[in-house]
Amino acid sequence: MAEAFKFELVSPERLLVSEQVESVVIPGAEGEMTVMAQHAPVMTTIKPGVVTVKAAGGKEDRYVVFGGFADILPSGCTLLAESAVHVNDIDRADLARRIQDAREDAADAKDDVARSRAEQFLAQLTTLEGALLPA
Amino acid sequence: MASLKDLRNRIASVKATQKITKAMQMVAAAKLRRAQEAAEAARPYSERMGAVLANITQAIGGGGDAPALMTGTGKDDVHLLIVCTAERGLCGGFNSQIARLARDHIRRLLADGKQVKIICVGKKGFDILRRDYASLILERVDLREVKTLGFVNADAIARKVIHLFNEGDFDICTLFYSQFKSVISQIPTAQQIIPAAQASAAAATGNGATAVYEYEPEPGEILSDLIPRNIAVQIFRALLENAAGEMGAKMSAMDNATRNAGDMINRLSITYNRQRQAQITKELIEIISGAEAL
Repeated sequence: MAEAFKFELVSPERLLVSEQVESVVIPGAEGEMTVMAQHAPVMTTIKPGVVTVKAAGGKEDRYVVFGGFADILPSGCTLLAESAVHVNDIDRADLARRIQDAREDAADAKDDVARSRAEQFLAQLTTLEGALLPA
Repeated sequence: MASLKDLRNRIASVKATQKITKAMQMVAAAKLRRAQEAAEAARPYSERMGAVLANITQAIGGGGDAPALMTGTGKDDVHLLIVCTAERGLCGGFNSQIARLARDHIRRLLADGKQVKIICVGKKGFDILRRDYASLILERVDLREVKTLGFVNADAIARKVIHLFNEGDFDICTLFYSQFKSVISQIPTAQQIIPAAQASAAAATGNGATAVYEYEPEPGEILSDLIPRNIAVQIFRALLENAAGEMGAKMSAMDNATRNAGDMINRLSITYNRQRQAQITKELIEIISGAEAL
């Protein structure tokens, strides 16, 4: 059995998870990454996506996060999410609203940089929606 | 001299008021607990955020690629004040304390020949500042409809502020709110949020031993994402502290009011009883002297 480490998932409103886990899959801005114990220190932004937490007991939990940061140290991992919910509690209307907002942002963008960023965000959201729908 | 009936009515009315203030106090106490819980639940996030920010600032070392939100525009001509107050009154000196701090600040800035712009969060601060500085108020954020304060509310304000900053509408942004110390003590506080450099530099020296991080993407890019978020977090914290402070202030104000009403009822009852006794004595004297005259 893999070594356990401390994982914390924090949203501005509250501390969602704080427990010993075996591994965590984080949707990093430059690709998904699996964090295990003794990981080299990394700091990365995360994109909207699903965080899969494998607890020390082997139980798996999934959380949906909308952007944020991950602070990874050999001793533990802290995920600062702008907003995070358990995958079972996800509100589809809320997700649809976010996609709508992102679409408007993309349409309103003034310059190319802003537009490409907004479009990228929109694409991430739609992928996320696609990933969640059958679940 | 008030008649017995007047006194009776008066006592009844003070009793009714007392019931209302008592109820308000209890509602405030219940809300205070919830607000306090919310403020406590939000604490881990802002703490971790502070740590991450300190870390990354150190990595960049104030180099050229730090975003403008952090270093500022290099001027301090135009000041933006975000004044956070409550939406409702009846909470003692809570709102006026914050407004007074903001007003002193505005006066000082204006005396120095700076330009001042104000964003009011909450109705009460707006009402107070409107009297003297109506022309300086850019806009008013209404949170009256908001039942539970969410991060989205703070984020909306932060977005506005950052938008204004990017348009070059101000150089320095200060946040006014009331720090919740305890139920009976709220400290009006002014906190500079843009540029953020000074604030985080102090935090960075605090924890010297930091690991060598790998950054993904580049530190500058992370920072440009992190700083706006940090502003939203600061505003969110201010709003939560304010919510807790407002309820605390309201609770003690209503407690005072209830006690005052109790005192008043006591005084009125004594007057009422004395007057009734005087009247009985008077009537008895009349009867007795009438009987003696026969």
